Amino acid sequence: MSAARRSLRVAGSAVFWLALLTLPLWLTHVGGYTALGTKILVYGIAALALNLLLGFTGGLSFGHAAWFGLGAYGAGMTLKYLAPSTPLAILVGTVVGGVAATLLGPLVMRRRGIYFAMITIAIGQLFYFIAVRWNNVTGGEDGLAGFERAPLHIGPWVYDIHHDAKYYYVVLACFAVAVVIMKLLLASPLGHTWVAIRENRRRLQFLGVRIDLYIWAAFAISGTLTALAGTLNALLFNFTSPQDLHWILSGNFVIMIVLGGMRKFWGPLIGVAIFVVAQDYLSSVTDNWMTAIGLLFVLIVLLFPKGLLGMLGRRGKEAA
Amino acid sequence: MSGGAAAAAMVAGAAAGAAGAAVAGAAADAGRRDLLRLDGVCRHFGRLQAVQDVSFGMREGELRAVIGPNGAGKTTFFNLITGFVAPTAGDIWFDGANIGDESVVRRVRRGIVRTFQITEIFPDLTVYENTRVAVETAARLNGRAWLARARRREVAERVDELLVTVALADKAHRLVGELAHGDQRVVEIALALAMNPRLLLLDEPTAGMGDRETEHMVELVRRLHAEHGLSILFIEHDMGIVFGIAQRIMVLDQGRFLAEGTPGEISADEKVRAAYLGEAA
Repeated sequence: MSAARRSLRVAGSAVFWLALLTLPLWLTHVGGYTALGTKILVYGIAALALNLLLGFTGGLSFGHAAWFGLGAYGAGMTLKYLAPSTPLAILVGTVVGGVAATLLGPLVMRRRGIYFAMITIAIGQLFYFIAVRWNNVTGGEDGLAGFERAPLHIGPWVYDIHHDAKYYYVVLACFAVAVVIMKLLLASPLGHTWVAIRENRRRLQFLGVRIDLYIWAAFAISGTLTALAGTLNALLFNFTSPQDLHWILSGNFVIMIVLGGMRKFWGPLIGVAIFVVAQDYLSSVTDNWMTAIGLLFVLIVLLFPKGLLGMLGRRGKEAA
Repeated sequence: MSGGAAAAAMVAGAAAGAAGAAVAGAAADAGRRDLLRLDGVCRHFGRLQAVQDVSFGMREGELRAVIGPNGAGKTTFFNLITGFVAPTAGDIWFDGANIGDESVVRRVRRGIVRTFQITEIFPDLTVYENTRVAVETAARLNGRAWLARARRREVAERVDELLVTVALADKAHRLVGELAHGDQRVVEIALALAMNPRLLLLDEPTAGMGDRETEHMVELVRRLHAEHGLSILFIEHDMGIVFGIAQRIMVLDQGRFLAEGTPGEISADEKVRAAYLGEAA
């Protein structure tokens, strides 16, 4: 990579993070509101995490709402039944979703293509129906309410995250941590192995790699980070419902990723921003907002098969 | 008596003679002296005898070609050696160990590494990234989520070294899928070399190549043998290449071992001329 390109990259990420840090200051002036920014980051974590599996390892999961929802219910129930601690809620939710993804990973790790997708849908729906039927614990169809994110106690210091802008920074911190973890993973031999699985799993097998173990690892890590996003989503709305476990949400995650471009690390975040903003705006105009999203999706897939960000630059050319 | 058995006796005899301690016909003994040794190996698919009673030995450091008309069983023969198919009868010895039942992965770890007739690469990655995956696999690092700086540098140095060896350093950051066919085949060889092979099997390394590409590939194979002392077994259709670089040639015909010897011996062999060279000429 040339020096000019590198400095452009550093400048770009500086602007990006600065924009996120100051978001509560400017978002209202462009017609948004802070909770909308928070939602983009929350869904952003989930979509980036799912993309570890979809875009980088090549496994199409249509069941990632399972981990998102388990994280959400885990966090909500912790606050409601266990203790009024936000960090504990985030931790419990993430661990619950992560452990579930890790335990169920072996069911999918040897499947390919459509079979992989079908089994992940089935797993997702399993948790959906548990949430709907287990009324007295989960609140059933009505969802889980009656909990609230608790102030953070940092030493003698109290950070009251009840306020939207303050909670935004909690989410931003989690987002940053998740991004660093994912970036490090993708730069590691494990990440290189994932990409090689996507590219040609037969070849990798012939080199002596047990493919299924690494798909499992991708599934587990991706599920855990998606669960983290789920906990943050429950805390954002102080509410969660079976919709957070439903395959429609899983499908929406996939749509967001494809919109933005699954071959780029940041592609899914672009897709999330478009999806969430469009949903927010259009759903206030019409009940049939999904029609517009669908139309947009078709157009983007037709015009930019690699997603919006995928169009911006092709790699591998700079040293040619 | 089949041609295969006759040739086996001849090879075993030669090997024993060279070692100076002859125990004629003792397979295990011969297995210890040869890098690779097959004893009466058969493989059938249903009623089709793909490989029939093949026996031969190959010494360390040899550059050997496998030839034979289409359907002679050459690729099945490679699959038997590399573990992609199991023999229905017979033993396969590598460096003194019986590996006939071992998996592909076990054999790769022993140093039996192959390339494929159809190019098998990671198309959307660069030459560098392709090679790095193989280097990390050879070092058994696949599961590592973090590498210390020193270890990363070791990996990078090994990748650079391999790219210099195969003369692709100037294309390190090109996407493999966008390279010419000839270069893609060379990338495959880089992947194989990354696995630290003791025996490299090349399945038609020059298939589909133009004259210049072929020349480069032949030069590379010759160099790997001469400078790096690699033992190489290759399938090839181009007789000019086979007789130009191979030290020994073995001929398969309809799954049977037809003949084995130096290029001079093979070109003088009546059976070979009848079954193969005559037909090609």
